[in-house]
Amino acid sequence: MWFASRDEVRGRLAAVDYLADDGIATSVFLAGALGKPLLAEGPAGVGKTQLAKAVAEATGARLIRLQCYEGLDEARALYEWNYKKQLLRIQADDGAWDDIFSEEFLLERPLLKAIRSEEPTVLLIDETDKADVEVEGLLLEILSDYQITIPELGTITAARRPYVVLTSNATRELSEALKRRCLYLHLDYPTPERERDILLAQVPGLPASIADQLARTVATLRALELKKSPSIAETVDWAHTLLALGRTELDEALIGETLGVVLKHNSDQVRAAKELGLPSRS
Amino acid sequence: MTTPASLVDRHVGFVHALREAGLPVSPAEGLDAAHALMVIDLAERETLREAYAATLVKRPAHRPGFDLLFDLWFPPVISGTEGTAVAEDAELPELPELRERLAELLMGDPADPAFREFARTMVGRFGQVQAAPGRQSWFSFPVLRALSPETLVARMLNAMLDERGGLPEKVARRHISRTVEAFTEAVASDVRRRIAEESGIEKIARSAVRPPIDQVDFLRATKEELARLRREVYPLARRLATRLSIRQKRGRRGRLDFRRTVRASLSTGGVPLTTHMRPPRPHRPELVVLCDASDSVSTFSHFTLLLTFALREQFTKVRAFAFVDTVDEITDLFAPGADVLDAIARLTEEADIVRFGRTDYGHVFERFAERFPDAVGPRTSLLILGDARSNYQAPALGTLKRLAGQARHAYWLNPEPRAQWDTGDSLATSYGSVVPMHECRNVAQLAAFVETLA
Repeated sequence: MWFASRDEVRGRLAAVDYLADDGIATSVFLAGALGKPLLAEGPAGVGKTQLAKAVAEATGARLIRLQCYEGLDEARALYEWNYKKQLLRIQADDGAWDDIFSEEFLLERPLLKAIRSEEPTVLLIDETDKADVEVEGLLLEILSDYQITIPELGTITAARRPYVVLTSNATRELSEALKRRCLYLHLDYPTPERERDILLAQVPGLPASIADQLARTVATLRALELKKSPSIAETVDWAHTLLALGRTELDEALIGETLGVVLKHNSDQVRAAKELGLPSRS
Repeated sequence: MTTPASLVDRHVGFVHALREAGLPVSPAEGLDAAHALMVIDLAERETLREAYAATLVKRPAHRPGFDLLFDLWFPPVISGTEGTAVAEDAELPELPELRERLAELLMGDPADPAFREFARTMVGRFGQVQAAPGRQSWFSFPVLRALSPETLVARMLNAMLDERGGLPEKVARRHISRTVEAFTEAVASDVRRRIAEESGIEKIARSAVRPPIDQVDFLRATKEELARLRREVYPLARRLATRLSIRQKRGRRGRLDFRRTVRASLSTGGVPLTTHMRPPRPHRPELVVLCDASDSVSTFSHFTLLLTFALREQFTKVRAFAFVDTVDEITDLFAPGADVLDAIARLTEEADIVRFGRTDYGHVFERFAERFPDAVGPRTSLLILGDARSNYQAPALGTLKRLAGQARHAYWLNPEPRAQWDTGDSLATSYGSVVPMHECRNVAQLAAFVETLA
């Protein structure tokens, strides 16, 4: 059992500075209680990866991370045989053909490591959408039955079910089969009220009035039709910037000067300056 | 919902209603939700909502429909129970005081429970209207008219700001419009609840749920949906671009890359266990887009144009032409980094596309062949966007045939439903016999088409 109730999730995540709303707390609780993987999807920088880290920290579990990328394959996700060692063994001992596929020659990769781990483990499969479609097929056995089949060794079943978090930026639609096996959590930009609380938790020493102004300004920016809306991470960076500049009052000139922290496209900056009536920096 | 049996009924009914509204809920997911009900605290409504959402709703586009149905099947309050009955029968203060209270709430946090409570009370007070002799029904319009939150904006701005103008006012306005929207939604939701109580959930559910955004018809989208559609452009382009580049990599197996194979074999004692292939040379088509900019289909063609330009890296060259009854090149308007909304506004002002203002495909094709003879070549994919409604003018099929013959591929995307093709002045079949015509009514169909293109 990972958590006893939704409110416990909220309390323990808050203790590690992760502010969970109703949706997040309920999904995190259910993922633990039902023993199902949690798929967190949403735009970049809204705290998907951070959620997995926070769960690990809050429960004192070990975090095992599998970073997905294009071209990720079985050998890097699951396990690999140590060919060099096998060759050496065969060359040293002609009768060794039978026992080169044993534990000794197995290289553990993140997924196998998480399945075989004896201690509580949070398995983070990060940016699942970046991996090829085949990898999803690979994940299905692990996610539904918590087991891995290695042809030479047989099926390895989880000693202790890991808490699995998958994240996705939705650059492509994940397969129905994968989604069906997961609990789904859509993380979106927070409301200004929640973002203010996040800022206060993440940036110690930030005056509450500035946090409030920042959160509302960022919400206004997100309402514009921009190429890339500012993420929570960028809002936090903005708050750090203002602190570093030693400013305690957020006025238009200051926003205009530091807009580059949150908007990374020139056309977005021009648009924001125009729409909000900021002094332009040509 | 007192005995487990009635909970099961409600659960099954709710899942059924979701399927009816077009959400793909599998039996396994229904079971997951039932398991979830066993471990959560059923008394907390928001937990129940999120538990259902986590197990049943796996696409953000389906969430609004889900929330609406959830509010109907698991209403926050039931009329006639003690708490609400008192609130509705009690002497309510006069209208000016109510508006005062509304202004206060709108300046605060819309997540405040008092906010929804107030909306419910107001529906109880103003929402009932004589629909037909002897029949009462509930509407949100009279509530909003009586309270008219829009006319409170100036007063609220004065209360929130020391001085008007500039960025603070923008921020305050944004907050107010967000809360006014939340209030309107709260009122609408309570009206639906009351109707459902009086005439059954199924009836109201069917008419109230809007289709998810990627199923919204381009030609029938509301203003709000259009804004949301435009926001979809970049995520959609990103999604398509990754899919397209993956396909390119997979398309053909290239030649053996000898160097990399030998290099990799070193770690296995010179035995080439894995072979490496050279990546195939990517095929990148040139794209020429001819788009109908007349009002009847402008939403569709603008959206498609934005998408093709957002997908620029997938094509070596994109050239775009707009027309109503004459044609002009608009590629420059969509230069990299150009502002999307600007481009659309400038399209109608700067480009020379209108003579008399009535769409004339025949003249457009002739003019296009004459003015831009080099636009369509053997490497070009020609894409025509429009409804093929030519106001009974000569179709110039021969010219189009020649253009299509010059191009590597030619496609026609028609935003009208297939059933309406060939009605009235539509020349869908005639043009369709020269250039393959695809029905393209919503984002889902458009995305499916772009995938076949590259």
